[in-house]
Amino acid sequence: MPNSLFEEKLNSGKFIITTEIGPPKGCDISEMVHHIDILKDAVDAINVTDHQSSVLRFPSLGGCLVVKEHGGEPILQMTCRDRNRLALQADLMFACQRGVHNVLTLTGDSVDVGDHKEAKPVFDIDSVQLTKLIRTMESGYDMGGNELTGTPNFCIGSTVHPESDFIEPQLVKFDKKVSAGVQFFQTQGIFDLSKLRMFMQYSSQFPVKILAGIIVLSSARMAKYMNANVPGIMVPQNLIDELAGVEKGKGLAKGKEIAARTIKTIEEEKLCHGVHLMAVGNEGIVPEIIEMSRSESVKA
Amino acid sequence: MIVAERKPLDVIRQMIAPYAKVLIVGCGTCVTVCGAGGEREVSFLHDELRLAQAKNPDGMHTYSEYTIKRQCDPEFIDLLDAKAEDVDAIISLACGIGVQAVADHFPDIPVLPGVNTTFNGVSSEYGVWDERCATCGDCRLDETGGICPITRCTKGILNGPCAGPKDGKCEVSKDMDCAWVLIYQRLERLGQLDKMRRYYPARNYQVVPRPRRIVVKSNVTAGAENA
Repeated sequence: MPNSLFEEKLNSGKFIITTEIGPPKGCDISEMVHHIDILKDAVDAINVTDHQSSVLRFPSLGGCLVVKEHGGEPILQMTCRDRNRLALQADLMFACQRGVHNVLTLTGDSVDVGDHKEAKPVFDIDSVQLTKLIRTMESGYDMGGNELTGTPNFCIGSTVHPESDFIEPQLVKFDKKVSAGVQFFQTQGIFDLSKLRMFMQYSSQFPVKILAGIIVLSSARMAKYMNANVPGIMVPQNLIDELAGVEKGKGLAKGKEIAARTIKTIEEEKLCHGVHLMAVGNEGIVPEIIEMSRSESVKA
Repeated sequence: MIVAERKPLDVIRQMIAPYAKVLIVGCGTCVTVCGAGGEREVSFLHDELRLAQAKNPDGMHTYSEYTIKRQCDPEFIDLLDAKAEDVDAIISLACGIGVQAVADHFPDIPVLPGVNTTFNGVSSEYGVWDERCATCGDCRLDETGGICPITRCTKGILNGPCAGPKDGKCEVSKDMDCAWVLIYQRLERLGQLDKMRRYYPARNYQVVPRPRRIVVKSNVTAGAENA
């Protein structure tokens, strides 16, 4: 029995497409609901981010419930930045009880990069330990070794950084995540497919699914900003030049084209098992990018 | 050693505003070495306070100063008894431990902190101090090539780097080395990368309930326990 609809799709061998939505800062979720409605049938699952970049938002778990209510398949992003092991376990029980069975384990960005820089960072456990913790709960026990009444079950994902400029320690962590029980990985933003190819040569020895992270760029300025300010992102100069080369106001169109041709190449060359689209702030354009990636006009 | 920084003069002046006679007490150990609260800094602060008062007579204070060898040991604090006889407040330029030890010793005198106790660190070069130990009470430096991830990784994580480092630097600051990059390089050099490949379970915070106490009487005196 698969843990979730998404797990069933992961194991079906089809090319997987996931995306993510960032919940609003506040209680008005109408825009998020609008995006869920647009995305739910276009992708295999929707991640809901957990105070991405340490910027306070409506909670990930709340967002996942909204995705479910609207007929989508949610992936609960869960960082270790804001909750200790008690709070994490409690949220996992709640998620499972309410039918959220996909979870993405993350360490979480530093508090210092966000909008509450004076907050106390928790990091009681890390992403590897969180994965182990979930598998322990599935065996019927909490982290303190006490028996649970009703056990949760999850399809667990995590992240990996194939474009890291020092890949070896990242691969050590990747191995540990696999051993801990991660079933699928959504990579950090991929811009250089040769790096993805190299990573896949390594990771194909493990029985895990790899979804290449595709960040939709909207301008050269955004790319430069991300290089300087977003942890782990490295947009290469040739893409920045390509974005800078278009006339004003056409940046996003170019960004969509870049994303679509990257997806097309990945799918046609079967570089990995799927893609994870991150259209930061432009969630609504994801279905269009997926369509473009399947059209003849976009060249891989 | 313990590294501290002197509080700004206006903060100290605000703290002492209600008190006429103020004793400034230095500490001859860590804060002397890091230049925050030794005899020299006590004398500087004394001069600064008098100068500020001369320029801006917003209440008259009289000051005295004294530096003891260590503010964290009762036998040295005893030496302050005569100096503190008729003072209204004491500014301690010791670390937070010294401030509290002096406050314990003088229950009727307000004892005010003159420094911010910052971290346990090493002197990397002249005048530069870097944090090295979080005093977690569960040292695992044998497993991490002598580089502490709890102190030097901004997230204090145990199973390898997050996805944040660029050019070997932490996502928090381009001036800060990623601890896990350093650990990897060191373990590789030592031929001990297997240590990093091991899974490390979550930290046991029960070994550090606060406040902690250590009893090692047998090492210090031959007391009843050793008889």
